[in-house]
Amino acid sequence: MMYLLKKLFGMLATLAVVSILTFFTLFVLPGDPALLILGTEADPGALELVRAQLGLDRPVIVQYASWLGGVVRGDFGRSLTFSRGYAVADLIAAALPVTLPLAAMAIFLAMAVAIPLGTLAASRRGKTADKIILGFSQAGLSIPAFWLGILAIQFFAVRLGWFPPGGMPRWSADPLGALNSLILPALILALPRAAILTRIVRTAMLEILKEDYIRTARGKGLPETAVILKHGLSNALVSVSTVAGIQLIQLVAGTVVVEQVFSLPGLGRLILSAVLLRDLPLVQGTIFVGAAIILAVNFLLDSLYPILDPRIRGVQ
Amino acid sequence: MAGFKWGGSVLVIAMALLTLIGFFYTPHNPTEMNIQQRLAPPSLQHPLGTDNYGRDILSRIMVGGRPAFQAGMVAVTLGLLIGVLWGAAAGYYRGWLEEILMRTADGLYSLPTILMALLAVTLLGPGQASILVAVTLANIPIFARLTRAQFISLREREFVLAARALGLKDLRIIVLHILPNCLPTLLVQASVSFAAAILAEASLSYLGLGTQPPHPSWGRMLKEAQGFAGLAPWAAVFPGLAIALAVLGFNSLGDNLRDYLDPKS
Repeated sequence: MMYLLKKLFGMLATLAVVSILTFFTLFVLPGDPALLILGTEADPGALELVRAQLGLDRPVIVQYASWLGGVVRGDFGRSLTFSRGYAVADLIAAALPVTLPLAAMAIFLAMAVAIPLGTLAASRRGKTADKIILGFSQAGLSIPAFWLGILAIQFFAVRLGWFPPGGMPRWSADPLGALNSLILPALILALPRAAILTRIVRTAMLEILKEDYIRTARGKGLPETAVILKHGLSNALVSVSTVAGIQLIQLVAGTVVVEQVFSLPGLGRLILSAVLLRDLPLVQGTIFVGAAIILAVNFLLDSLYPILDPRIRGVQ
Repeated sequence: MAGFKWGGSVLVIAMALLTLIGFFYTPHNPTEMNIQQRLAPPSLQHPLGTDNYGRDILSRIMVGGRPAFQAGMVAVTLGLLIGVLWGAAAGYYRGWLEEILMRTADGLYSLPTILMALLAVTLLGPGQASILVAVTLANIPIFARLTRAQFISLREREFVLAARALGLKDLRIIVLHILPNCLPTLLVQASVSFAAAILAEASLSYLGLGTQPPHPSWGRMLKEAQGFAGLAPWAAVFPGLAIALAVLGFNSLGDNLRDYLDPKS
């Protein structure tokens, strides 16, 4: 319990640092939100009025405090560009039902591919199966996922018609159609992470298979499958989970690209347009929520350690 | 070089040559539009076809590799220089300095490259400069962590203790005795990092955050080709193939170097 509380506290601290960093980095930006709203021809009096309305005439600390106060209540301010005055919180709330299931599906797929393939490769080290798996992993690492996405849309969506070529219906309107439009993006998003995780699982397994207790398990006549799955894999997963976090972070970040390829109205696409349009409240809100999601994924992974590794459970 | 596999190097040299030749010669002007020739399939005149403005795709690929290779070179050079100093200071002196340096590196390491690029673009605007900032920042903690790990295991070895017992200065020990022993590991990472930087540059310019039109970059070409990929598949296939071959080349070069320099693993 102490272990999880400590991790939870660390996560909240990191989130606070992220919020301060994004807020203050963006504060030093050249460019004036009031100008963005009214245009460069606006008269100085009107500009002053808009600045006062947005609260931009107050000291930066006060602005940050009022922004943070809003965030706690679920209010991220108003967008400067999206049919002007749209609440940032509403835009984010509309994007999450796209991005969260997409990321969850991709994480599941990446794990479901990497753990069996990595284990198989390690147990057949140097043999054909190992070489084929390593070859696939090398290809998955080198082929740009967005390129594969563009080609997959042409083949599976346009030519074969199995999936929509882009976009996504609302879950409430067409749940099956929504799910269907996430399958191809989730596969593309999972591919590079599956490739790296396969290698990580393989390396961890090879380390474990050198251990004395594996020799003991073999020596007492356990079947090889039992040795590898029971004694090997359960221990390999402990060391895998310590490096998997960074891969899952990369996967969540990859939604920015994949949502663009498949025109999915998710958080990644919202962040991208916020940045390209220089819509500050939207950039602050979306990056904050994006960071929160990444930290939450990390926290879930951290809470897996005690389950995987009894030593942490015992000591803490 | 007995036992060294050349597969990766051959790919790297081929893609680098293609880009180098592009500085002196391209079959056509890469930015010149030709409406009569738009969306032309591969032919003798246009070996890889043309795009929606009738621009020659081979010429654009030869020029479009520049931002990718530039990102790789800047990311690896600056990442190595700053990261090695960073990691060497942490791994040689240990103590509170190490704690501060490595905490910062860990924090930086956990930020995805895309996020750094998005922040850089918010501050500097879209363009190659923002991408160079992002890929460099992504590589500094990687080299710092690697160098520190190497230094920690090397600093207690006999040859270092002997050098210290002889009264050599810290700087001399670090540069002449420890650093050369880190080179194999750093070299392998440099190759892998080069591959990652090429991939990052391509993804980011695909998102419209990097090289701006009319100048070509492999990622940007894919972004433009996506709109007419059904009419002109060659416009979407070849730039992606260029990225994949370059990335595969540097990744395999890393593997080949690892096998050659460290046959144990």
